[in-house]
Amino acid sequence: MATLLLNGKTVTVDASPDTPLLWVLRDHLKLTGTKFGCGAALCGACTVHVDGVATRSCVTPLSALAGRRVTSIEGLHGRVGDAVQAAWDKHQVPQCGYCQSGQVMTAAALLAKNASPSDSQIVESMQGNLCRCGTYGRIRAAVRDAAVSLEVKS
Amino acid sequence: MTASPVTRRDFLKVSAVAGGGLLLGFRLSEAAGKSTTFKPNAWVSIAPDGSVTLTCHRNEMGQDVHTSLSMLLAEELGVDPRRVRVVQAPADAVYINTMLGAQITGGSTSIREAWMPLRQAGATARVMLVSAAAAQWNVPAADCRAENGLVLHGQQRATYGSLADAASRLPIPKDVPLKDVARFSVIGKDIPRLDGRDKARGRTVFGMDVQRPGMLYAALVPCPVMGGKVSSYNAAGVSTRRGVKAVVNIGEGVAVVADHYWIARSAADAVQIKWDEGPAASLDTAAVFAALDSARNRPGFVAKQAGDVSGPLASGALEAAYTSQMLAHATLEPQNCTARVSGDGVDVWASVQFPQGAQGAAAQAAGVPPQQVRIHPQFIGGGFGRRLENDFVGQAVAIAKAVPGSAVQLIWTRPQDMQHDFYRPPSLHVMRGAVDNGRIVAFSAKLISPSITARAFPPFVQNGNDPFMTEGLVNFTYDIPNVELRTVIEEVGIRVGFWRSVSHALNAFAIESFVDELAQTARQDPVAFRLSMLEKMPRQHAVLERAARAAGYTAAAAKGRAFGVASMECYDTHIAMVCEVSGSADRVKLERISVCADCGVAVHPDQAIAQLQGGVVTGLMHALRSKITVTKGRVDQSNFHDFPLLRMNEVPPIVVELVHSGGKPGGMGEVGTPLVAPAVANAVFALTGKRIRSTPLEDGGVRFA
Repeated sequence: MATLLLNGKTVTVDASPDTPLLWVLRDHLKLTGTKFGCGAALCGACTVHVDGVATRSCVTPLSALAGRRVTSIEGLHGRVGDAVQAAWDKHQVPQCGYCQSGQVMTAAALLAKNASPSDSQIVESMQGNLCRCGTYGRIRAAVRDAAVSLEVKS
Repeated sequence: MTASPVTRRDFLKVSAVAGGGLLLGFRLSEAAGKSTTFKPNAWVSIAPDGSVTLTCHRNEMGQDVHTSLSMLLAEELGVDPRRVRVVQAPADAVYINTMLGAQITGGSTSIREAWMPLRQAGATARVMLVSAAAAQWNVPAADCRAENGLVLHGQQRATYGSLADAASRLPIPKDVPLKDVARFSVIGKDIPRLDGRDKARGRTVFGMDVQRPGMLYAALVPCPVMGGKVSSYNAAGVSTRRGVKAVVNIGEGVAVVADHYWIARSAADAVQIKWDEGPAASLDTAAVFAALDSARNRPGFVAKQAGDVSGPLASGALEAAYTSQMLAHATLEPQNCTARVSGDGVDVWASVQFPQGAQGAAAQAAGVPPQQVRIHPQFIGGGFGRRLENDFVGQAVAIAKAVPGSAVQLIWTRPQDMQHDFYRPPSLHVMRGAVDNGRIVAFSAKLISPSITARAFPPFVQNGNDPFMTEGLVNFTYDIPNVELRTVIEEVGIRVGFWRSVSHALNAFAIESFVDELAQTARQDPVAFRLSMLEKMPRQHAVLERAARAAGYTAAAAKGRAFGVASMECYDTHIAMVCEVSGSADRVKLERISVCADCGVAVHPDQAIAQLQGGVVTGLMHALRSKITVTKGRVDQSNFHDFPLLRMNEVPPIVVELVHSGGKPGGMGEVGTPLVAPAVANAVFALTGKRIRSTPLEDGGVRFA
């Protein structure tokens, strides 16, 4: 049994310590918003926040999470998350949508740390997240827009 | 994809559903035969509470069918498309795609095929609702109007919901007139995608997100050689692991079923398997292309012919050979399928583009008639043609048979997905052309490749004609007096499949590159050269002119900058593309890609633009560096480190212009892809003087920044 601080709540999971957080979320906890894409930290579809940092859950074992705060897309609430998702709506970003949870989580982690990133900082942060449909232009515009809206509100 | 000659006779059927709602649909009669499952043949239903539901017969894989097909319905029904509820249709003959002869989402057909029937469905429902209201009010129907979910007459008004029961009892009118284009208030307007909010919030249920009570997970170890089989295996110490429910030999691999995925995955990797690798075990990439080359003198099938090329090509013809690489689909959602085999039949939950094919694959694996298989299609995490195949469905059902009554979710790993795909066919083009007086006087092309259709739909290959290989040939746009375009089927031992835009991409790369070579031979500007051959194709002429203008095209670009152009018609859409580059051969930077497309009517313009933007990014996979290669029957690539998808930093700005020329809508899902490789290759030539005749272009001695 392992205990996890997930989306603001303490949860207990009966899984072996080597089980990747991705499968703890998707399989044991039935939180399927976090996606399996590559299993090797190459695509970003599985991105969650661990202590606020964008983290690839497919290569993060359960054993590494004792005492850490984990946020999945289901737990993304608050000013930054709302701004990112509103910008995603405004720019009509998703096509198939499979990568978008990870994109949104990466963008939210970026903006939580840096509310007014430069274009090159946006690209640098987002380029680890693959989108097979090719929505990059809209993702970039949405991240920019979310940053602007956070600036206006703050 | 080309239309198959399915004759259809539609008639509307109406029936009262539970709660007294109105259920309308079109039934295909002779061609489709009877429905294979019992399901009212419906697209639209209106409930007493006024809610409108579209049973969407095409699968949503990002191309916007849920929203754009709802818009077709809503336009004529007179409801707000943003309030249409969409449910995904099961496998049923009533939902056959008449352009393809099966219930398939592909070939950029969804809007083209639904353009009339879904509007007719909406219009017929509206007329019946108006009739019901008119009867209640005892006024002429002609004096009533319907809009925004209401029927109105003077001060009287009735909601569609309140009229649903009465309308469902009325006879179905025939030949209901459709709205005049000038009165469209939904089609051609932008609304938010109906599935957009959920997708930005992780709420969308893709195939892999399906949860069933007591669901088990399966992990598979397939033979590393394509087509190989399990010879023997040893699961000692595996089958007794905690959580493991079964170890199943399905022939093409060994699967472990467990109560959790990670247990299944770890256990499967511990099974010792001896393989019978089969005939593919000696196959290498070099042999694949050598086989294509060995067929270059075969005459093949004549896809298009005008005049006689033999005279003009006999002396002084320019000749060139072009090749395109194999490609994996690399959908971001790896192949997966949830299946349950029980006494009352088989249930399958999966991301599929061909639900009827899934039904057939499941039935075969379970040993039951297709009628006993229920397909529950889910949102698709990337299709691109991969999910026209149902190999993973058959596997999941074969595995689920070992644990009857339990739903089992089979999930492939990324390497398995990449190494067990149906690859875009490798291709060789033999090109010949002659110019005289600044114009092309003879042009011949011969595509040599394995046939997808011969594998997937064998009856459609007749007399050496694979109708999917002639895409981009039969719709050749240039006015040239002597033309001969041929296809030669040469099987090379690779399992090939439909990959976004199919042969259009292969043919466009060779044709549009070679036209550039001929322009150079004729000492003509590549844009002016093409325009001079498009005077009888005004829409094509216009998109090329507009793309060039949007790009700021000039033959005399500044030093260190250059443009490349390409143009074609595909899926009833006219498109042209200009790629602007800078730098030098060891560091070519893509500055901008400009696209102009005329699809007649863009039903949902913002998402038509999105399809073009995404289609270009897919085209960059073909153009730049991704490739599948094979060594001893094994695919060499395994994940995104060695089969790269484009990343944000590699994708240039993509500028899209739509031309609304009216008439019927053209396809949009695939048209953005085929012109990218030739436009980039032509730009590379203009920049560096280096003509690269094979993709990926990086293998031809150029590096992209």
